Amino acid sequence: MLDVTGITAGYGQFTALWDVTLRVTAGEAVAVVGPNGAGKTTLMRVISGLIAPRTGTLVFQGNALGGRPPHEIVAHGIAHVPEGRRIFPLLTVAENLKMGAFLPSARSDFTASLDRVHRLFPVLAERHRQRAGSLSGGEQQMLALGRALMSRPKLILLDEPSLGLAPVMVLRLFDLIRQVREEGYTILVVEQNVRQVLKIVDRAYLLEVGRIKMEGRAEALGEQDFVRKAYVGL
Amino acid sequence: MIDPIFLVEAAVNGILLGGVLALLALGLNLIFGVLDIVWIAYVDLVMLCMYAAYFVVQVYGWPVWVGGVAAVVLGLFLGVAVHVLIISPILSSPPINQLLATGGLLFFLQSFATFLWTTDHRTVRLSLPVIEIGGMFLSFARLIAFAISILAMLGLYLLLKHTYIGTAIRAVAQDRDAMALMGANPRRVYLVTSAVGGAMAGVAGALLIIQYSVHPYFGAAFGPLTFMICVLGGLGNMVGAFVASFVMSEIISIGGVTWSTEMGYVVAFALFIVMMFIRPGGILVRRD
Repeated sequence: MLDVTGITAGYGQFTALWDVTLRVTAGEAVAVVGPNGAGKTTLMRVISGLIAPRTGTLVFQGNALGGRPPHEIVAHGIAHVPEGRRIFPLLTVAENLKMGAFLPSARSDFTASLDRVHRLFPVLAERHRQRAGSLSGGEQQMLALGRALMSRPKLILLDEPSLGLAPVMVLRLFDLIRQVREEGYTILVVEQNVRQVLKIVDRAYLLEVGRIKMEGRAEALGEQDFVRKAYVGL
Repeated sequence: MIDPIFLVEAAVNGILLGGVLALLALGLNLIFGVLDIVWIAYVDLVMLCMYAAYFVVQVYGWPVWVGGVAAVVLGLFLGVAVHVLIISPILSSPPINQLLATGGLLFFLQSFATFLWTTDHRTVRLSLPVIEIGGMFLSFARLIAFAISILAMLGLYLLLKHTYIGTAIRAVAQDRDAMALMGANPRRVYLVTSAVGGAMAGVAGALLIIQYSVHPYFGAAFGPLTFMICVLGGLGNMVGAFVASFVMSEIISIGGVTWSTEMGYVVAFALFIVMMFIRPGGILVRRD
């Protein structure tokens, strides 16, 4: 579904990703784990078009999307839930979800999409008229996820969904991500919370200092001694 | 002692003036709120739209409403032109350069208008009545201008609140990248914003030409007042600008009757300076 091949990217003089190759097949949930500053967020930003790769290709369902602007990439079916949620704080919850369905292709299915999002996240229906900025961190993350679903994506990119959430909320959120997955969405998730994320994905990549260091089945990777010591904390 | 009826009349006239001022302030504020650029030459675009209405109605003899439509269409076109030709190329430049560029446009428009049309004051002569209500004399032109201003602002509110593109305009102002991730091309949203802001300048131009005469330096009279209102209301804050318009117009109008027109402006500007010390963020400070 998604083929990222030999991507090198960065900001100005700084190179954050070196020759990164990664693939996600339809229906899979894949995690990219690694320490702070490994380039995880940069990888997500390259895939969604927020930064252009210097070299390498990005092919999604047969379309070469490398270097295309974000508003074109989302129209191909890739929704990016950015780090820090990036909801529109001054808009209401309803308006945020409406913006999620900005694409003409998503507008025609607005009602059905909204019903599905409300079913997955009932709290968003309750807080319909409330300003998004007044929601709790967990609710904001649900809104960011719901907003992404409104665009009717095929692949969802989740960047650090558990960041800044209370431990109880983290467990709840991973449970919700699992539910989203069961709805048939393909997921690529970047997380620092390695132990939790390995429980909900099929495969994982280990990214270190801008390079893919290891890849494998989630269970197998979790068993690796050095991964366990370094990231899982066992 | 001034007859109270004059004060009431001044207060009513203040409200009527406030409507058009609010329209100007909201147009300027809309663009600032989204693009973070102050169009110094905004009221000079209004001036061009006033000339458009003047030529269509007074020189070529078309009906008044045609002049109004011409002003709005020209305003929309000017909004797009200013964005594409001037703002878009310097969108990522330091703010001072952007300010200088639109400031340069101001001098260009003033000089060019003088070159084309001389400094003569030109008026659209309409035989609109003056209405007497309970001892007050109110100009019908002002009443119409006020009513259309309110309708135009209502239209803007509905656009921003209830349409996809309008909500996207507000969303881009809060987080440009996030809105791009929703599938909106920020460049297109900027262009639409500038077009809407320009069209509002056109509406304001059409409403001002039935009350005031136009000349190349028209912007020098209303420009500073418009900026002052925007700053007083908190730059980018639409509700604040709306409220500030009426505060300012009341001071100018009631001050004008109590002392003199000049004194009205002096008091308004003095209040502005004082407010900048007390509430530098605007009378209604936006809470996130």
